[in-house]
Amino acid sequence: MPVHSSFDYDTVIVGGGLVGAAVACGVAQSGARVAVLDGGDRDFRASRGNFGLVWVQGKGADFPAYAQLTRRAAQHWRDFADELQDATGVDIALQQTGGYDFCLEPQDWDARAREMRLVAEHSGGEFEYQMLDCDELRRHIPEVSREILGASYSPEDGHVNPLYLLRALHQRMAGLGVDYRADHRVHASRRDGAAFVIDTRRGSFHCERVVYCAGLSNQALCGDLGMSIPLNPLRGQLLITDRVPRFLSAATLQVRQTAEGSLQIGDSHEDVGLDESTTLDVITRLARRAVRIFPHLAQVRLNRAWGALRIMTPDGVPIYHRSEEHPGAYAVSCHSGVTLAALHARDIARWICAGPLEDPLLGAFSADRFDV
Amino acid sequence: MTTPDYQLLVIGAGPAGMAAAQVAAHRGVKVAVLDEQLHPGGQIYRNVDASPLADISVLGKDYLHGRQLVQTFRHAPLDYLASCSVWYLDRSGEVGIVDNGRHRSLVAQNVIIACGAQERPMPFPGWEKAGVMTAGAGQILMKSAAMVPDEAPVLAGSGPLLLLLAWQYLRAGVKIRAIVETTQRQARWSALRHFPRALAASDYLFKGLQLVSAIRRARIPWYRQASELSAEGDERLQAISFRCKGRQQRIATPLLMLHQGVIPSLQLAAAAGCDDRWNEGQQCWQTQLDDWGESSQPGIYVAGDAAGIGGARAAWLGGQLAGLQVAHKLGMLAQEQRDVQAQSVRSACDRHLAIRPFLDSWYRIGEDRLLPPDETLACRCEEVTVAELRALSRQGCSGPNQAKAFTRCGMGPCQGRFCGATMEQIFARQAAPDRPAAGHFTVRPPLKPVTLGQLAGGADQTHEG
Amino acid sequence: MFRLLGEASQQVLVELDGVEVSVPAGVSVAAALLYLGRIPTRHSPVTGAARAPFCMMGACFECVLEIDGVSERACQRQVEAGMQLRLQLCGDGEAL
Repeated sequence: MPVHSSFDYDTVIVGGGLVGAAVACGVAQSGARVAVLDGGDRDFRASRGNFGLVWVQGKGADFPAYAQLTRRAAQHWRDFADELQDATGVDIALQQTGGYDFCLEPQDWDARAREMRLVAEHSGGEFEYQMLDCDELRRHIPEVSREILGASYSPEDGHVNPLYLLRALHQRMAGLGVDYRADHRVHASRRDGAAFVIDTRRGSFHCERVVYCAGLSNQALCGDLGMSIPLNPLRGQLLITDRVPRFLSAATLQVRQTAEGSLQIGDSHEDVGLDESTTLDVITRLARRAVRIFPHLAQVRLNRAWGALRIMTPDGVPIYHRSEEHPGAYAVSCHSGVTLAALHARDIARWICAGPLEDPLLGAFSADRFDV
Repeated sequence: MTTPDYQLLVIGAGPAGMAAAQVAAHRGVKVAVLDEQLHPGGQIYRNVDASPLADISVLGKDYLHGRQLVQTFRHAPLDYLASCSVWYLDRSGEVGIVDNGRHRSLVAQNVIIACGAQERPMPFPGWEKAGVMTAGAGQILMKSAAMVPDEAPVLAGSGPLLLLLAWQYLRAGVKIRAIVETTQRQARWSALRHFPRALAASDYLFKGLQLVSAIRRARIPWYRQASELSAEGDERLQAISFRCKGRQQRIATPLLMLHQGVIPSLQLAAAAGCDDRWNEGQQCWQTQLDDWGESSQPGIYVAGDAAGIGGARAAWLGGQLAGLQVAHKLGMLAQEQRDVQAQSVRSACDRHLAIRPFLDSWYRIGEDRLLPPDETLACRCEEVTVAELRALSRQGCSGPNQAKAFTRCGMGPCQGRFCGATMEQIFARQAAPDRPAAGHFTVRPPLKPVTLGQLAGGADQTHEG
Repeated sequence: MFRLLGEASQQVLVELDGVEVSVPAGVSVAAALLYLGRIPTRHSPVTGAARAPFCMMGACFECVLEIDGVSERACQRQVEAGMQLRLQLCGDGEAL
């Protein structure tokens, strides 16, 4: 990559969460000089609120390109996890041994079956799944209550430790020479000749390329460079319990058992604006649901409950956008920072570095799709 | 809209909680007091009216004073719920409790958090070993179980409570192997400038001198300005080693009791979203409060040691101020009467607090001592070492919350109570001078244990619709 | 490790790792274990290190053990006749 001496960096990435860190690793691997400008320790961070699923089923039923993209990401994951472990020594506990989404209400079954069928269609019939009734489900997972109607199952689903993933990505960034700056929240960006100028309260950065991976802040920040990125927060509350003897190695959308043995229980979907707080009624509801599915968990102690804000685009599908007005400015927004991490570090990084070349699939994810 | 269950919920039945609740209840406020223990009194007056001790005077006059406080409390017109732990509190006054094993929720118009203090963690290599306990634990065993060590313990650390424990043990006939005091000399000179003000609380000074001379008379080996503490042993503690006056020392002992001051228990106020700030003089976080103890969240107050370390007498007085203000804001106490009653409370409180700047300064922990060596366990629950945290800090990790996410430090059952201070120190001392001060962890519920089954089965008895 | 000041007003019988033992009435389970000298009371889940009651006020969670089948802080429960206690120890369950 040609480097102008007037640039501090080839690429500045705004945001050091799962998305920003993954993209940074990929871009740095291409040889570019990269800086990551991250917010403060107590800023909103969807990356610290993630459930940790590497999830394919149910994604993109109504958006074929998303279904395909997600499958591609899941297929990259094993290789990506091994690469991260080799480079950093961090074991992110990736398990891709299948995933279940329980059908809790009568209407869930048909809606779910439809979704699964559509995703399979979009993948040309390659997506593997099963709809399991109660008996079949209990053959897979004996601890499930007899009251549960069943579940959708796909062997393509899995889970990972999202916090260790973030840690591994940060370590990888360091190993690749990425200049990671904590507490450098970006408040404005502009063009200055050939360079982008990214302003933080601790200094301005000149770069040839800028990639916005700043979660909910993308909407305000990207506006500076002519990109309209519509986003809304959607709160999810999560519970995590003390360690319990292992009984669940596959992932489920409602409960998963981490590598340490604790149970992660999720989650809610609340439209409450920029409010991360937990509420008593959701906490009790989540606990009730977990015990309904797995009655043997009644004695298990809650370790902590927290809320995080998902980054939701209007259709729930990621935005991969490049600015027409200001070539070299990119925006990446999604709520599946874990599932798509492998893709972000590879395909998306390549798309960013390749300039005007197109990845045929990614065109569908431009923010232009929201223009009326 | 839910009708509140109570106009005032007081969390904690120590001196501050008992005072606040009674002051409000006597003015017609509908009050409930929730406390985790079986009896009122908090930690300082624990078991004072239900003592297993044959001779309660062994604990001293100050402890005995609590008896009449507890007895009047028991007769006050309020609902007292013992064996009740508060695991959830939010800014709307909604409270999640485990009441004798059952989960339920309550809503209060006003909440006074009077949950007291905890001992400041004193981490050093081996502090997690079986046989190492806190001085506070020693006092609790004496007060609630009439138990004392059967082999001579070593007491280590710094602060008035360490000496108080030694004095109480002597009165109970317990032999003390040694006192390993870590108080640093350089603190003394700066403490002396607070001495004139401390004279206003000369009774405290006098009591302090009495403790010291009793300990001296008992000829207990007393090591001063000790440093580099380390506890040794495999399955159990076998010895403590340390450095004193340039020499390495080692004392064989199966029981070590630690103390390094007390700090407010901040979890409830932080969970309710109250603003807090670092108090450099007391080297701890404190909730930001107005003159009546009200926090940045309307209707949520903090009183007693939970608001700032001041001791039992100051807590009893501070609790009254919060109670008066709650009654006033509920329209049950006119402003003029509130102010008249508050005035005498405030001047008495000021007198008791006059000793604090001197004590805080005398027992100040030096910069070099706030950070233990690399091999120390910062997080006892998840067994994360100081070394691991330091490495993250050097890599530019953004602060304690990021470090918590990366290492699990602070994710164990103690919810960061014993590792938070260490983590903050590590991240506050970044290489880059322009780094802002690190904050503290975000506090998450549950603040006390609750099971999934309790949550699932908890009946919302008080809410309709 | 710890002794009573004066006589115990009463004793109760509890079961500790399957063995019946006599402890003073009216004390916490943690205090009873210290009275019996039965430390360590657990091995930590991460490295198996030996631990025992530390703060006695419910804050540190070192004293967690199984009380009548439920994992709880021993310092927050009073002993009751017939209580079944199991220490969270590795190996054959012997504390020492």
